[in-house]
Amino acid sequence: MSVSRRLGPLPVHIALIALVLLWTLPTLATVINSFRPPIAIASSGWWTALVPPFNFTFGNYQSVLTTNNLATSFLNSLTITIPATVIPIAVAAFAAYAFAWMNFPLRNTLFLLLVGLLVVPLQVTLVPVLQAYQAIGLTGTFPAVWLAHTGYGLPFSIYLLRNFFGALPKDLFEAASLDGAGTLTTFFRLVLPLSVPALASLAIFQFLWVWNDLLVALIYLGGQVTVAPMTVTVANLVSSLGQDWQKLTAAAFISTALPLIVFLALQRYFVRGILAGSVKG
Amino acid sequence: MERIPQVAAAIALPIAALLGYIFVAEWLINRTPQRVRPRLRPWIWVGPALAFVGFFLVAPSIQTFILSFKDATSANFVGIDNYTTIANDPTVQLSLRNNVLWIVVFTGVVLIAGLLIALLADRVPYESPVKSLIFLPQAISFVAAGTIWKFIYAYQPQGIEQTGTLNAVVTALGSEPHPWLTEIPTNNFFLIAVAIWAWTGFALVILSAALKGIPLELLEAARVDGASELTVFRRITFPLLLPTITVVATTLIIFALKAFDVVYVMTGGNFDTNVIALRMYQELFNARNAGRASAIAVVLLLTVIPVLWFNLRRFRAQEAIR
Amino acid sequence: MSVLATWGGAEQDSFLAMVKPFEDQTGVKIQYEGTRDLNAVLSTRVQGGNPPDVAGLPGPGQMAQFASAGKLIDLSNILDMTAMKDQYPDTFLKFAQVNGKQVGIFIKAALKGPIWYNPKQFTAKGYTVPKTWDELTSLSNKIAGTGTTPWCIGFESAASSGWPGTDWLEDIILRQSGPDVYDQWYQGKLKWTSPEIKKAWQTFGTIIADPKMVFGGKAAMLATNFGDAGTPMFANPPKCFMHHQASFITDFFVKAVPSAKVGDDFNFFMTPDIDTKYSGAVTGSGDLFGMFKDTPQSRALMKYLTTPEAQQIWVGRGGALSPNKKVTQYPDAIAKQSADALTSAKVFRFDASDLMPDAMNTAFWKAILDYTNDPSKLDSILATLDKVQTDSYK
Repeated sequence: MSVSRRLGPLPVHIALIALVLLWTLPTLATVINSFRPPIAIASSGWWTALVPPFNFTFGNYQSVLTTNNLATSFLNSLTITIPATVIPIAVAAFAAYAFAWMNFPLRNTLFLLLVGLLVVPLQVTLVPVLQAYQAIGLTGTFPAVWLAHTGYGLPFSIYLLRNFFGALPKDLFEAASLDGAGTLTTFFRLVLPLSVPALASLAIFQFLWVWNDLLVALIYLGGQVTVAPMTVTVANLVSSLGQDWQKLTAAAFISTALPLIVFLALQRYFVRGILAGSVKG
Repeated sequence: MERIPQVAAAIALPIAALLGYIFVAEWLINRTPQRVRPRLRPWIWVGPALAFVGFFLVAPSIQTFILSFKDATSANFVGIDNYTTIANDPTVQLSLRNNVLWIVVFTGVVLIAGLLIALLADRVPYESPVKSLIFLPQAISFVAAGTIWKFIYAYQPQGIEQTGTLNAVVTALGSEPHPWLTEIPTNNFFLIAVAIWAWTGFALVILSAALKGIPLELLEAARVDGASELTVFRRITFPLLLPTITVVATTLIIFALKAFDVVYVMTGGNFDTNVIALRMYQELFNARNAGRASAIAVVLLLTVIPVLWFNLRRFRAQEAIR
Repeated sequence: MSVLATWGGAEQDSFLAMVKPFEDQTGVKIQYEGTRDLNAVLSTRVQGGNPPDVAGLPGPGQMAQFASAGKLIDLSNILDMTAMKDQYPDTFLKFAQVNGKQVGIFIKAALKGPIWYNPKQFTAKGYTVPKTWDELTSLSNKIAGTGTTPWCIGFESAASSGWPGTDWLEDIILRQSGPDVYDQWYQGKLKWTSPEIKKAWQTFGTIIADPKMVFGGKAAMLATNFGDAGTPMFANPPKCFMHHQASFITDFFVKAVPSAKVGDDFNFFMTPDIDTKYSGAVTGSGDLFGMFKDTPQSRALMKYLTTPEAQQIWVGRGGALSPNKKVTQYPDAIAKQSADALTSAKVFRFDASDLMPDAMNTAFWKAILDYTNDPSKLDSILATLDKVQTDSYK
């Protein structure tokens, strides 16, 4: 599809580039610092490393990559994150469609309740849920975290998807039902394909939030090396007194590598929708 | 490598279960009389979601509400004592004030920045890299973000070489270095800045996706008719984006209410930077007072009501147009 | 079996090395879980019904709270108490007890109260190690007179910022008003607004409220991480000459200044006596371990951890002292000196803030920060502390 990319005027370019530079500066500073020995980091700014004498070292990366359980915890993170991304989106999609296009009593109330649940702080749910998990023997298992992340991720997922589903033109549904399409057909053949950008964004967010989570995994799954995700392993690189914090500079980027790849992969779904030119009011 | 079948099963089984549930339910519904169907169907579709949310969020919230009327070890009822204590607690008042600051500054800046960048990036061929770079902070965990901003805000007394970027700039311009995170009250803004850096990408991605949903022909038609960019924005883009902006704004406001990680990692709530979620955490795990912590949590839950009311009005407005 | 503690990085390695012989001997696999948020994670798991088998306890205060809730197992029947009484100073046993029951053991200890200095610099400038508080004061004034600040101090420590200041205060109170006052104070029986306690804060204030005394002044004290605070002592020319900090700071010195040699470039003298009546008083702290689930493996591990052989392993690796009198191999003379000061002190007291209830402890940290920020507010700060005291010692 040809979209005419209008090359905006110069101010647009300047503004964008300035913003991007501003945003990447902190990360860039840390990347540079991650290649410096800890004493250098503590005594001089990162910019001093850009002029001779360069004082670069792979030491930080080396010590992180040779950490005992990095590979295992990477696998653990994947094991935790992938199902915890797919399941909430699936459950949310069904619910969001109902909230967007089906009429039923209490619809708005229930939906508002859902949105309101966004504010529930994680800590107040830990003990009750843990007690329940203990009672049914789920503690320390992967399903425990999959289910927990689903529960925690649903309010936002439903909120977001309902918004996108609801933005689809009414005529589309009317046309479909005239053609004799049932609910299921409409959902799978019409709504989902048209909502790919929304589903992709949601997948990215949920993936990131679960990938970077520390507390939920620690409490419901545990921190032992067989199941600990990367966040736990990285946090444990630093001693309780804060020693070896320079390892975090390298660890930050090592653990960001995968999420970044996921983001870039899902990026291509952020394209102009193929809504057939229906005009709204 | 026994993980692969395990993960594959973890995805396949629940999805299969969900699909099975829906298909079977739909098949059963199609066996009921026509008029009954639209009354049954929605509940089937929202059922699983309600179950999850009920177990993980609603039940604990109700329990918290009950605990807020009990004492520190949840042994006896104390009526509204906890609420009166926290109402008179200056640290709670300070935290609430800080949260208001977060709501206004954090939400405002992220929303405007996200929208602005979405609009600007839409018009250049290098849109994708721009969005990726602004979004990058979202991919970084909070343990790492703390380290990253440590290098920006670091402070050394005058006379020692500055390792913090901000102080290096400030001293190069002739001023003396500042301990940004401990200087009251500006430190709050520096904390909020970290959160803005992290979350603008979030707003950007959602707003950008919504922007892509606006038919190009609509905008072109207006431009061809001679409308200025600003007018196009005001009359076409903004109204069509309003529902998404509501979603993003609501989410951001709620995150501002729940702000915890940044403050916890960078100042621990000291130097007048405390926020309500951290205050609750301290009451729960430091003071070990379940009753008071629950009361604070309930207050936090109640603060979301104005936001919900606003959302309700937007729904009604949208329904009217449909 | 599961072990939960707060150690990470090198500490984690040391702990795992410490338990390796146990694993080899018994075949029991130790599943270690580390978190810096020990308080939150341990509380949640205990309350949620999923405690670890054995866990590090954040401090004696929290240990007492778990014990009174009945969550900790009594170790008196599990450990060889005769051997314990033989190998450990009384105080280290006492502080791991609640209501006479031994509910905790000390894995490692730290000496509090050392004042670190650079011997080379002292010799060069003709300074002598002070033996009384008055001598310390005149030395500080002398150094200040030459235009350099005598002290380096840093309180920053994320959520626990302020704790180095509590160490200062504890050393002052113990030496100024004696062990009885100290005991009443940490037990919540003596008010913060009482004359003895207020006097101690004011003594503390003679150092931190005077801009000529501390490098970088108030801003540096509040913003500098405790681990980095002593480094300016090694600068050329030095920015300060003395640093009050626990024995574990040596590791930070060596990492920041690799060329610094133990004994030559840094050494310590104990915080000197203030009142000769209470001379020989020493403060210290330690990492406590407790048992939450009574299983054969847990019992075996707890017994193992108290033996001199086990303690020796971590000590040998550096960064820890052992309260066990039978542990004698230390990596260097200074470590040995610190350990001796710990085990043979005439009057030993455990770190008071660790002994207080959590809420009091946190308020204490915050009070240090508030006082540093504005020493003129001392009275209102002490009044607030009194309120927290009434509330938290229940």
